[in-house]
Amino acid sequence: MAQTETLIKKLTNYRQEAPVLAPGHTYGSITDKVSAIVLTRKTPKGWIIGFTIAFAGVMMLFAALAYLFVKGVGIWGINNPVGWGFAIINLVWWIGIGHAGTLISAILLLFRQAWRTSINRFAEAMTLFAVACAGIFPLIHVGRPWLAYWLLPYPNTMALWPQTRSPLAWDVFAITTYASVSALFWYIGLLPDLATLRDRTKNRWLRLIYGFLAMGWRGSAVHWSRYETTYLLLAGLATPLVLSVHTVISFDFAMSIIPGWHATIFPPYFVAGAIYAGFAMVLILAIPLRAIYGLEDFITTVHLRNMAKIMLATGLIVAYGYAVEAFMAWYSGNQYEWYMMWNRWTGPYAPAYWALLLCNLLVPQLLWIEKVQSSTIWLFAISIVVSIGMWLERFVIVVTSLHRDFLPSAWGMYYPTTWDWATYLGTIGLFFALIFLFVRVLPAISIFEMRTLVPTEERK
Amino acid sequence: MNTGTKSTNDTALYGLLAEFATPGALLAAAKRTHAEGYRKVDAYSPFPIEGLAEAIHVHRNRLPRIVLIGGLVGCFVGFFFQYYAAVIDYPLNVGGRPFNSWPSFIPITFETTILFAAFTAVLAMFALNGLPQPYHPVFNVEPFERASRDRFFLCIQANDPKFDPLTTRAFLESLQPDAVHEVEP
Repeated sequence: MAQTETLIKKLTNYRQEAPVLAPGHTYGSITDKVSAIVLTRKTPKGWIIGFTIAFAGVMMLFAALAYLFVKGVGIWGINNPVGWGFAIINLVWWIGIGHAGTLISAILLLFRQAWRTSINRFAEAMTLFAVACAGIFPLIHVGRPWLAYWLLPYPNTMALWPQTRSPLAWDVFAITTYASVSALFWYIGLLPDLATLRDRTKNRWLRLIYGFLAMGWRGSAVHWSRYETTYLLLAGLATPLVLSVHTVISFDFAMSIIPGWHATIFPPYFVAGAIYAGFAMVLILAIPLRAIYGLEDFITTVHLRNMAKIMLATGLIVAYGYAVEAFMAWYSGNQYEWYMMWNRWTGPYAPAYWALLLCNLLVPQLLWIEKVQSSTIWLFAISIVVSIGMWLERFVIVVTSLHRDFLPSAWGMYYPTTWDWATYLGTIGLFFALIFLFVRVLPAISIFEMRTLVPTEERK
Repeated sequence: MNTGTKSTNDTALYGLLAEFATPGALLAAAKRTHAEGYRKVDAYSPFPIEGLAEAIHVHRNRLPRIVLIGGLVGCFVGFFFQYYAAVIDYPLNVGGRPFNSWPSFIPITFETTILFAAFTAVLAMFALNGLPQPYHPVFNVEPFERASRDRFFLCIQANDPKFDPLTTRAFLESLQPDAVHEVEP
C-alpha cells in the first residue's frame, strides 16, 4: 500500500512541472528586481573579485598578442607536420560555446519554450563574447595579422580575390555573418529593456545614455507588432545560421584528405558538440549569477534540469560521433584511417583521447540522476568537466591527425608553448571580463519577456 | 482621477491619454475606441499584447515581404560575387574543374542571404516604426514612465477628425481608466 502511494506521489510530482517563474511576482516586481541589479544595487564583492581576475587575463592576452606581433607565429608550438595548433583548436572551441546562446534564443523561441525567457539574454551575450574570442584566433594565426583584411572580398589593387572554393574563405563569411546577426539579435532583444532602464534611472547621464540606445522606444502597440515579427524572423534566420556555422567550421577539416578529418559525420557531430559545450558554459555562467544576485525566482530548477537534459542528449550524440569515427576508420579498410584511430588509442596523445572520453562520455552520465540534475554544485562541476572535454576533443582532432599523416618521414610532435597557453587563457579572461561588464551595465535577464510570464486573470 | 482643470489652450493638445492597470482592460478599451470610430489612436504597453495592434489599427504587416526581398538580394549578391571573381575577373584552372563550380559557392551564398535578410529585417523594422525618435509628446506625461514597467496606456490623438476635448474625455472616462491625462505636444 505504501509503495503504491509513493508511486502515485512520484507520478503526480512528475506531471506537475515546477513553474518557470516563482509565484507571487508582478510586472512591477520583475522590472524592479532585474533593473535594480544595474541601477541601484551595490556592486557585489564577487563581481569585483571576479572582474579583477578576468581583467588580469585580458592584460595577459594583450601581452601575448603584442609579443606575437613582434616575433611572429614562431613563438607558438606549431611546426611542420602540425601547422594547425592552438589557434584552430581554440577557434572551434569558442565558436562552439557560442552556439548555445543562439540555440536558446532562436530555436527555443520558435518551439515556444517559455523557460528560455530568463536565460536567453545572458546566453546571447555569451554567444557574442564567445564569437569575439573565437574571431581573434583566425585573425592572429595568419602570420601577418595586420593584413587579415585580405580575406575580405573587395576590389583590391592586386586584382586578387579570396578563393571562395576554399573552406577558409567560407569561414570568414560564416563567422562574420554569425557575429553580425548575433549582435543584431541581441540588440533588438535589448531595445525595450533599454527603454525600461531609461525610465527607471534617476541619474541624468544614465538616462541620456540608455535613452540614446533605446532610440525613443515607447512600447506602442503598432511598434510591438512589427517588433515581434522582426524578432521571429531573426530567430528563423538565426536557426539555420547557427547550424551552418559549425557545419562550415567542420568543413575546414572535412574538405581535406587528412586521415581522421575526411569524415561525413563531422557537420552534425560538430554541431551537437557545439551545443553540448555551449550549454555547459551557460550553466557555468547561470549558476554563480543566480547565486550572487539572488535570481532563484527567475532561473529556477526547471531551467537547470532542462539544460542538464539537453547536455545529456547532445553528449550522447557526440558519443555517437566518436563511435562512428572509430567504426568508419575500421570499416573503410583504409590503412591510414585505421592507423590514425589506433594512434589515437595508443599513440603519444592517447592520454588526451582517454581523458576526453572520460570528460565527455563517462562523467556526464551522472546527469541521468535526478538529484544531480537539480543540484547546482554537481551541475557546475560537470559543466566544467564537459568544457575541458570539448576542448580536448578539438585538440585530439587537430593534433593526432596532423602529427602522423601518410609518411613516417613526415611525422612529428606538437607541444604547445607558454605563449600558446597565455593566448588561450587570455581569451578566457577576455570572455569573463566582458560577461562581468555586461551583467553590470545591462539587464542580464530579459525584463519585458519575463513580464509576459506573469499569470493574469486575462491570460489563460 | 485626474479629471479637473480644463486647459485653456485646448487646441495645443497632442491628445488624451487614458491609463489602465491591466492588459485586458487596455485591450477592451482599444476595441471600444476603434468601434467608436476613432482612428488616430495608439496604445502603449510594457510588453507585446496579442491582438492589440490589430484592435486599433488596420494595417498589413509588410515586414516579411521586405525581408524576403532582402534575402533574395543577398543570395544574388553572394553568388554573383563568387561567379564574377572565379569566372569573369580571375578564372583559375584548378585541376580541370569548371570555373563556375557552383556547389562550392553555396556556403557563402547561404551566409550572405542570411546576412542581408537579417539586416533588412532590423532596418525595415526601425524605418517602419519611425525609430530612432528622440522626442515624442507622450513622454511629457509624468506617469507615462510606467509604460515600461507595469502600466497600460491608450492615447487618442487630437488630430483625429472625431476628436473633441470634452466628448473624447467623456468617452475615455466611460472606459473606466485609472486616470486620463492631457498630452502636451
